Amino acid sequence: MSDHSSEGSSPGDRSSSSDRIGRRMRARLRGSEPEPPPPLAVVGSEVSADEQMFGRAFDGRVVRRFMAYVAPYRRQLLVALAAVLVFTLTQMALPLIIRAAIDDGLLAAQASRRVLGVAGIVFGVMIAINFAANWLQEWITQIVAERVLFDLRRAMFFHLQFVALAFMDRTEVGRLMSRLQGDVASLQEFLESTVFAIGDVVLLLGIIAILIVLHWQLGLLVMAIVPVLLIVRALWLPPARRAFLRARETSSIANGALAESINGVRLIQEMGREKVNFDLYDEKAFANFASHARSSQFSAMMIPIVDTLSGIAIAAIVVVGGASVIGASLELGVLIAFIFYVQRFFAPIRAVTIQYSIMQRAMASGQRIFEVMDVPFQIEDRPNAADPESIEPTIRFDGVTFGYLPNEPVLHDISFEVGTGETVALVGPTGSGKTSITALLHRFYDVDAGTVYVGGRDVREVTQRSLGRHIGMVLQEPFLFTGTIEENIRYAAEGVGREEIERAAAIVGAHDFISRLPAGYRTVLEQRGSNLSLGQRQLISFARAIVADTRILILDEATANVDSYTELEIQRALQRLLVGRTALVIAHRLATVRKADRILVLQEGRIVERGSHKELVTADSLYASLYSMHYASFDDMGGELDRGRGA
Amino acid sequence: MLDSEQKIVDLRTSANVIARILRMALAHPVRMAIAGTATLAAGVVQLLVPRFIGDAVDHIFALLASGATWDEGRGGLLVAAVILFAASSLRGLLLMLHTQQGEVIGQAIAYRLRLRYYVALQRLSYSFHDRVHTGDLMTRGLLDIEGVRYFINQAVLRIIYLGVLLGAGAYLLMRTDVVLSAIALSFVPVVAWLASSSRLRLREMWYQLQRRMSVLTRVMDENLTGIRVVRAFSSQPHEMGKFDRASQRAYRLVERRVRVRVNHGTWMTFLYYLAMGGVLVVGGLQVLGGTLSVGQLTEFLAFMTILQQPVRQIGNLVNATARASSSGQRVFEVLDHEPDIADRPTATPLKVDRGLLRFDEVRFAYPTDDGQVPALAGVSFQVARGQTVGIVGPPGAGKSTIAHLVARFYDVDGGSISIDGADVRDVTLASLRRAVGVIQQDSFVFTASVETNVAYGDPWAVRERITHATSSAQLSSYIDRLPMQYRTLVGERGVSLSGGQRQRLAIARGVMLKPAVVVFDDSTAAVDAGTEQRIRRALREQTADCATIIIAHRLSSLMHADRILFMDGGRIVEEGSHDELVAEGGRYAALFELQTRKADS
Repeated sequence: MSDHSSEGSSPGDRSSSSDRIGRRMRARLRGSEPEPPPPLAVVGSEVSADEQMFGRAFDGRVVRRFMAYVAPYRRQLLVALAAVLVFTLTQMALPLIIRAAIDDGLLAAQASRRVLGVAGIVFGVMIAINFAANWLQEWITQIVAERVLFDLRRAMFFHLQFVALAFMDRTEVGRLMSRLQGDVASLQEFLESTVFAIGDVVLLLGIIAILIVLHWQLGLLVMAIVPVLLIVRALWLPPARRAFLRARETSSIANGALAESINGVRLIQEMGREKVNFDLYDEKAFANFASHARSSQFSAMMIPIVDTLSGIAIAAIVVVGGASVIGASLELGVLIAFIFYVQRFFAPIRAVTIQYSIMQRAMASGQRIFEVMDVPFQIEDRPNAADPESIEPTIRFDGVTFGYLPNEPVLHDISFEVGTGETVALVGPTGSGKTSITALLHRFYDVDAGTVYVGGRDVREVTQRSLGRHIGMVLQEPFLFTGTIEENIRYAAEGVGREEIERAAAIVGAHDFISRLPAGYRTVLEQRGSNLSLGQRQLISFARAIVADTRILILDEATANVDSYTELEIQRALQRLLVGRTALVIAHRLATVRKADRILVLQEGRIVERGSHKELVTADSLYASLYSMHYASFDDMGGELDRGRGA
Repeated sequence: MLDSEQKIVDLRTSANVIARILRMALAHPVRMAIAGTATLAAGVVQLLVPRFIGDAVDHIFALLASGATWDEGRGGLLVAAVILFAASSLRGLLLMLHTQQGEVIGQAIAYRLRLRYYVALQRLSYSFHDRVHTGDLMTRGLLDIEGVRYFINQAVLRIIYLGVLLGAGAYLLMRTDVVLSAIALSFVPVVAWLASSSRLRLREMWYQLQRRMSVLTRVMDENLTGIRVVRAFSSQPHEMGKFDRASQRAYRLVERRVRVRVNHGTWMTFLYYLAMGGVLVVGGLQVLGGTLSVGQLTEFLAFMTILQQPVRQIGNLVNATARASSSGQRVFEVLDHEPDIADRPTATPLKVDRGLLRFDEVRFAYPTDDGQVPALAGVSFQVARGQTVGIVGPPGAGKSTIAHLVARFYDVDGGSISIDGADVRDVTLASLRRAVGVIQQDSFVFTASVETNVAYGDPWAVRERITHATSSAQLSSYIDRLPMQYRTLVGERGVSLSGGQRQRLAIARGVMLKPAVVVFDDSTAAVDAGTEQRIRRALREQTADCATIIIAHRLSSLMHADRILFMDGGRIVEEGSHDELVAEGGRYAALFELQTRKADS
């Protein structure tokens, strides 16, 4: 046991014993000491994104908002609280019954079986009540805690469905996930433990009351130990908390490194980085081990302190109480009861002090959760927003100015119109604002100036759901969900039959390859379709848009990863599909642009040229000059435009 | 793929898993001995406390009965008090040792498992990672390893403690009174039975719950990652429905689990109290009958008070064991999984000499849970140093498969792939992957500085080589404009790179290693054609010594290759130089015409 006495110093102390085992273990695992790491290698993030772990122990706002989720279970919790009280009281009564049995039954002048019998019956009744109360308190608290947890997660998830896309754009999914899981779980811990903590406080107060009533002098003597315990605890807390915090930090660092290596495993194998990464990971895993070993010392340290104090209490009872018994100012049974109560005395004190850190953690988690819940929807349906069943598929932008950040507009005074059945192509280099235009049409963001009309109505005057119902979209990056191909094509269009799904797949030319898969349309896409090629995924996302069957289609012409044949097939299919439909197409390829009714050439957020292919190509236009440069894709124009401007 | 996905509880497996964890614990013999001894001793001292209390009570009782004065009894009482105090403090110290050492052993095992898990993950081949969800691997690496760790301290050492208390306690009590001891301990077998029966159910439920929770996690994760799709389709109701279904499924199980746990815990407490009541009544009768002293009765009752905590811990113990056996199984499964791709015992390092890559009648199908997905059906070609082969074809033609097979991310099902005559299966993986550079279309960007990312394959590289690579990849002028140039943080938490920039980063990363065989797997799809031409020009001199394969959809990327393969359905359907293929008037020619014609047709 002497070998961890040296660990009292800093956590990074390399001479500590835990480090020695670490080295031994590492040497055994690897067969050698680690070499110094290469200068440019890291595993896991270089930035520490550790969020605040401990908040204030009590934050009224967080508690109030949290209570809103607890409120629906008010009645159950009251029952649970009552059960906790009953449970605690019956538990406290048991030593009293034992005392009565001994003092009045066994030690009384005329020892009687009757008193013993009564005590036995009362004892039996008490434990039956205790059982029922115990069952109720455990069941209700755990179930309510779970339900609040599920409700909270649900509320948060549902909220995220509608928060401004701008927020989602700049927030890491991983961070949101950790709030949806970790933070919600620590609130559950808090709720569950709070109910029991109330029981502990009741138990503590009850024991104190009984001790005072039984024999107040002896009671006060025992109580004198409490302040000592509290002082020791107060001294212990700051360094202990630092150690716990450090342990949590090292865990999250090591876990982050593991996550990164799982996600990047293909690249790791490709580049042969296994060994270097292992050494770097080892360092983090080892820091995690060492900090946990250290924090375990802090938690273990309290045990002998509490035991010593309770030893002092019992010794005092024996000496002082014994003297009183002999002096006939105390019954022997009372002395025995005292000993029983004192043994129970310290557990609730410890539980209550643990509750303090649980509360701190919960408050920090609560703050993080409600921070997410506070993210405004930004775009909300107006109270009187219309929800038209059908609309005329027309689009009009009227003097639209828009930017993602204040005072940094990405679109300047954009005006154009798309009539029923027309196809308009947006052409321009990356960053010219094409995607922003489509996002505004769907009202992912609100314009800063001007108006966007769909079907003649301002998009702010109809519900977002109706926009979704009437506007279909194919995004540039195909995103599929885990599930079968059939489910992915059907997606939100519940009730669409298999036939329609196959028809949609056939239109985009995906039917053949899907049929060739071992399970056909029932093939399960793993990891969002990583078992398909990118092109195949794109075809499925096309089919998904077709099944949604909307009269306005936005195509962020997602054909960059499809071979030219497939692209041609899609073009043909779209020709059929676009009949009677209005389309806004971000065009990357000549083929689409040629067929469009009108072409808008965008540059730095302004429409610099507009007209049909014929008009533009014959004019002395930027379009014509780019077109003559043989580029297959208009994205390629970026560099040329820059060059053109510079000249 | 991994057995635990379907397997129901199997006692023997679970016993094996537990045995394996115990063996790992025994790999720390000194600490285990310290912890074990401390635990044993703590148990013994704990047992002595009621005896001392009983003695003290009897002592006082005797003084009371004999009518002795305080002065006569003082000495005895003081001795009893000191003994009680010493025993209590000693017990505290021993328990501290037990807790702390147990925790260190648990953490040491977790540390070891983490390292082994990490090694396993890095070794397991593409086919494994294709099929096992990253979320699942994370769960195993975090929660399941935690489950194993928790077991050491919550179950293994606790069992010793409980064993001492019950065993030695029973012996001590038996010596006093057999009947009363039997009553005092009557609850133990019932509790043990309750514990073992709920153990199985809890284990199974824990397992199921993990799976249902990971479905829920996946639903949330995919929803948030694909938020644009969700918004585009206004499919929030659909997504919320999906969430609710997954959430409900998990909740129902949570409820069942809680019920089992609560039943189990409350019955144990009740039975314990019942036994205590029995001791009180029967013991009381014996005191009345004069066969037992009040002190002895107090001792019995005090002993039972001491048992209360450990008996409650039987619940934890059961839970921890249940969790460890399922968690352990899930971890060991990954550790024991033999990588499909590994060095043969006779493997030798690859020595590249002429730099000739040869595919000979290569056949390959991707294994999936539903069966095999054929990818290559007999492909033969070769590329020599300094040569370039272009590969084009519709999606799913098997182009990327070729890239994967060259670096042996998968093994061929038939035929062979060789470099300078050495079958790729006969050389060491490390040497093969050093010789082969595969630049993928969608390359991973680590949250780290640009230079760290570029130098990923050679973290010892000097800055000059890094800048050389980035300027070849036409990325250096972009990097120079970044706030901290090469030290700028990129990736998830840093500056986010566009698709084209990511691809150029991947190119820089790949060419920096000067591989003998380099495969560009559609790695310029998101780079504009003008920039791509500049990249090709810059690389021409650097890859002059390489055998180069270019896979692309855009014909301008590969039309200057020495030979072009047109693939479809896992076969090469046309082959030749650009001019030959155009003259041939086949599918390649049609494709070329499609991509370059200007007038409406």
